[in-house]
Amino acid sequence: MDLHQILSGIDVRADWIGLRYVKENTGFRLVRDGKPEANTRESKQGVMVEVLVNGQFAYYGTSRLDKPGIQAAAQRAVKLATAASKFSLHSFGVEARPVAMGSYSSPFQTAADAFSPGELSDLLIKATAELKVSDKVVTTNAMARTVETESHFVASNGSDVEQKYLMVSADYSAIAHEGSVTQKRTDGGLLAKSYQAGMEVFNEADVLARCRKIGAESVELLTAEECPTGTMDLILAPDQMMLQIHESVGHALEIDRILGDERNYAGWSFVRLDDFGKLQYGSPLMNITFDPYVEGQFASYAYDDGGLKAEKEFLIKDGLLLRGLGGMESQLRSGINGVANFRASSWNRAPIDRMANLNLEPGNSTQDEMIASVEKGVFMTSNRSWSIDDYRNKFQFGCEYGKLIENGKLTKTVKNPNYRAISNPFWRSLKMLGNKDTFEVYGTPFCGKGEPNQIIRVGHASPLCLFDGVEVFGGA
Amino acid sequence: MEKLFKQINQTIMAELRDGEFLGLGMGGEQSTFTRINAAKVRQIGSVDEADLGFNLILNGRRTTGSISLSGDLDEDLSRARGELERLRAEVVQLPEDPYLVLPESKETSRSEKHGNLPDAEAIPEILLPAMGNVDLTGIWASGRVYQGNANSAGGYHWFASDSFSLDYSLITPSEKMVKATYAGTEWDQTAYEAFLADSITKLELISLPPKKIEPGDYRTYIASAGVSDILSMFSWGGVSEAAIRQSESCLGKMRNENVKLSSLFSFSEDFSSGFAPRFNGNGEVAPEKTTLITGGELTNTLVSTRTAKEYGVESNFASEGESMRAPSMSAGSLKESDVLELLGTGVYLSNLHYLNWSDMIGGRITGMTRYACFWVEDGKIVAPIENMRFDDSIYSFLGENLEAVTEKLQINPDVGTYEGRELSAIVCPGILLKSFSLTL
Repeated sequence: MDLHQILSGIDVRADWIGLRYVKENTGFRLVRDGKPEANTRESKQGVMVEVLVNGQFAYYGTSRLDKPGIQAAAQRAVKLATAASKFSLHSFGVEARPVAMGSYSSPFQTAADAFSPGELSDLLIKATAELKVSDKVVTTNAMARTVETESHFVASNGSDVEQKYLMVSADYSAIAHEGSVTQKRTDGGLLAKSYQAGMEVFNEADVLARCRKIGAESVELLTAEECPTGTMDLILAPDQMMLQIHESVGHALEIDRILGDERNYAGWSFVRLDDFGKLQYGSPLMNITFDPYVEGQFASYAYDDGGLKAEKEFLIKDGLLLRGLGGMESQLRSGINGVANFRASSWNRAPIDRMANLNLEPGNSTQDEMIASVEKGVFMTSNRSWSIDDYRNKFQFGCEYGKLIENGKLTKTVKNPNYRAISNPFWRSLKMLGNKDTFEVYGTPFCGKGEPNQIIRVGHASPLCLFDGVEVFGGA
Repeated sequence: MEKLFKQINQTIMAELRDGEFLGLGMGGEQSTFTRINAAKVRQIGSVDEADLGFNLILNGRRTTGSISLSGDLDEDLSRARGELERLRAEVVQLPEDPYLVLPESKETSRSEKHGNLPDAEAIPEILLPAMGNVDLTGIWASGRVYQGNANSAGGYHWFASDSFSLDYSLITPSEKMVKATYAGTEWDQTAYEAFLADSITKLELISLPPKKIEPGDYRTYIASAGVSDILSMFSWGGVSEAAIRQSESCLGKMRNENVKLSSLFSFSEDFSSGFAPRFNGNGEVAPEKTTLITGGELTNTLVSTRTAKEYGVESNFASEGESMRAPSMSAGSLKESDVLELLGTGVYLSNLHYLNWSDMIGGRITGMTRYACFWVEDGKIVAPIENMRFDDSIYSFLGENLEAVTEKLQINPDVGTYEGRELSAIVCPGILLKSFSLTL
C-alpha cells in the first residue's frame, strides 16, 4: 500500500496527521514430550491514524487498509480530538511529533524461511528428548517463536520511517518430580532468550547441549536443600538481573508513570520529577543505559513511534539518576530529559512510554573475585516469580536455581530461592559488578502496561551482580 | 460483522478438499477508549478490528493461524483463501498429533446483546464535568465486542455484546486511593453521577494519616475485589486438568495428596451470568455450571477435549488452555454489616495488586495490598495502612485460616484489554481470615 498517496488524499482539518502501518506475523511452535502442541501463525495488519487538533491528539486504529477506510478513520479521529480538546490534560503543539526520516533493519544471519515448519518441528522434538535425562523428568517442553514485523510511519510534517524486524525467542524446559517434590528448570527463564536474530539461533548442537543441562538441573533440584532463610549476600546472574532491572529501575523511571498516567493500572513511581539530577538511585557502580543499538538485542530500533530518533543515553550514571524513560510527549509535559521510547505494541494501540533496551553496564570484577568475596550468601539464576508494588518499591522475586556460597566458594545447590527488598536500598547495596566476561543479553516479549493494555518487547543486559545484606528465603 | 463471518464461512467451507477439517473463529471489537489523568483527557481514540482464526486438520496433523479482516468481503475472502493455502502447505510437513480434536460439534447458538451506549464524541462531555476537582485517573472503554465460531461439521455460534466501563482510581493529595468500576450496557447519566459521587465520599476515610504496620500474621478481611484477584490465579497453574497432570498446578496436592481447603470454600465455572459465551474455540458448548472445588474438596477440573483424549478422561469443553472463563465463588453467611465487628483487630484489604506464585506447587502466592486498606481495632476503622507485601499459601488462607465468607456476591467485571476487550467477570464474596502473612 502507498501510505504517502493515502496521506496526501486525506481531507481533514488537523494541525498534524500521521499514519502508522504495521504488519506483524508471529509464528509459534510448541512440542511437549515429543508431541506437537501448537503450530500456529498470527498475522496482523492495520493502520493507526493519529491527528492533532486544538492541542489534543486522538487516534483511530483500523484494519481497513483502503483509501476510503483510512479517510473515514481520520475524520473520526478529528471528531474525537475536537471533543476532547475542551478537557485536555496537556495542550500539545506539533513539536510533539518531530520530523523523522530513516529506516532500520534488524540483523540476522539466516532468514525465517530457511527452516521449514517440518525441520523446526523435528528440532523441537529432538530437544524434548534431550531434556528427558531420566524417568524423573515428567514433562518436557520446547518452544520457538518467530516474529516478522514491518512498520511504515508517514506524517504531514514529512516524516517517513520504515523499520523491519526479525525476532526469535526460544525456550526449553523440564519438570522433574519425585515423591512430593516438583522442580522446573527453563533456559534462563521463560523466553528470556529473545533476540533480534534469525534462525541461526536454532543451531542443533547448541540447542541439544542446553537441553541436556536443563534436564539434568531439574533432576538435581529434586534432592537439593531448601534455600536458607536469612539476611546475607546475594549474587544474581544476568538472566535474573534482566527482571531486576526491568521491575525496579525501568518501570520506576517511566515518565508517564511519574506523571500519574498509570495510577489506575500499573501504578505510580517512588521517583518524582524533582529527583532527576539529585537522587542517588544506587551505588556508584550502577550505570544504567537506554541503548537502542546493541547488536541483536530484542528492542533495538532507529525511531520510536512518535518519530524521535533513538540514541544511547545514560539514565543513571555512577548511581545518580540523570534522565527518565519518556518520549517527546512526556518530555514536553514534564520538562525532564528523556529518550526515544514512545512506543505502541501494534497498529491498534497509541504509543506510550515504554522500556526498550535498558541495560546495566559492566564493571571490573571477575566472577571468581565476586564469589571469593562472599563469606555466606546465595547465587541465584533464572527468574520464576516476580511481584512488585505500584510505586516500584517493595519487590519479591524468585529464581529456579540457587547455589550456596560459603567461605568464598560455590557449594550446595538449593531449591526455591527467593529474595525480597526495597528498590533504592537494594540498588545502593550493589557492592561488586561483574566485568564484560560476565555480561549477558536477554529480552522478553511480555512487558505489560497501559490503558488500554499493551504487551511489548523489551531487552535487558547485565553483568553478574553482588548485593550486600539481602533477605533471602526458600519455598512453602 | 456477523454477515461477513457467515459469508466467509460459507465460501471457505465449500472450498475444502477431501479429508480436510476446518474450524473458523472470528473475534473483533469496535471500541472507543478514553484515558483520563487528573480528571482530564490524556488520550482518546477508537479501534475497529477483526481477526479470523483457522484450525486446519488433515491426516492426523493440525495447524492453526489467524489473519486480520478488513471488513470488505472480496478483500477478506482473498486473505482467507491465501491463509488456507498457507496452512495447507504447512500441515503436510508437520508431525502427527495424537491428541488432536476434530471439529465435530454441530451445535449452534446465537446471542446478541444490544446496549444503549453514548456516542464516541460525546464521551468527554458526559464523563468529565461530574468529576469536578477530584484527582481521578482511569480508563473508559465502550462499544461492541463479538466472537463467532464455525466448523466444517456445521457447527455455528455467534456472540455479540455492547458494553461500557469506566475503571478508575480516586487519589487524595497524600496519595491514598480508592478504586471503583462503573460498568454496564445501558448508559444512565444520573446513575453514573450518583455512583461517582458515592465513591468520592469514600475518600474521606482514607484521608486519615496512614498507619505503618510491621510484617507479621494478622487477622484479615479481603473484600470481593481482592478475592477476585486471588481467584484469577486459579487460571494459571490451577484448575487446568492438563496442568495438574503435567505437575504445573497449585492443586496437585489436592489431587495427589488428598489435601483439602476449608469447607467454606466452594468455587465453580458458572456461565449463568451471561457475561461470557459458553462456546470454546472448537465450537463446543460448556455446561452452564461446573463445580470445581466444593466444600474445600477438588471435585472437578477444567478439561478440554484435547486433554480428555490424552489422559482418557471426560471433557467438560473447557477452552484449549483450560483457563477459567466464568469464575464464581459461592457466598457464605457473614453479613457485610458484621465484617468489622467480627474482624475485631486486624487489617481490612479492599484490593490486591500484582499477584504471582512464589511457590506454585506449594500453593503460595505473593502480592501487594493496594487502594483502600485499613487498620481496624475493636471493630472500628482506625487508619489506612501503608501498602504491604503478603506471601501466604492458599492451603493456609483458603484452608484452616478461612474463618467466614460474606453472604453478598459482587460482580467484578474484567476490564482487561490486552488481546481486546474482555467479556468475563469474576463473581465472588469477601473472605475473613484468622491469619494472613504480611511480609514486607
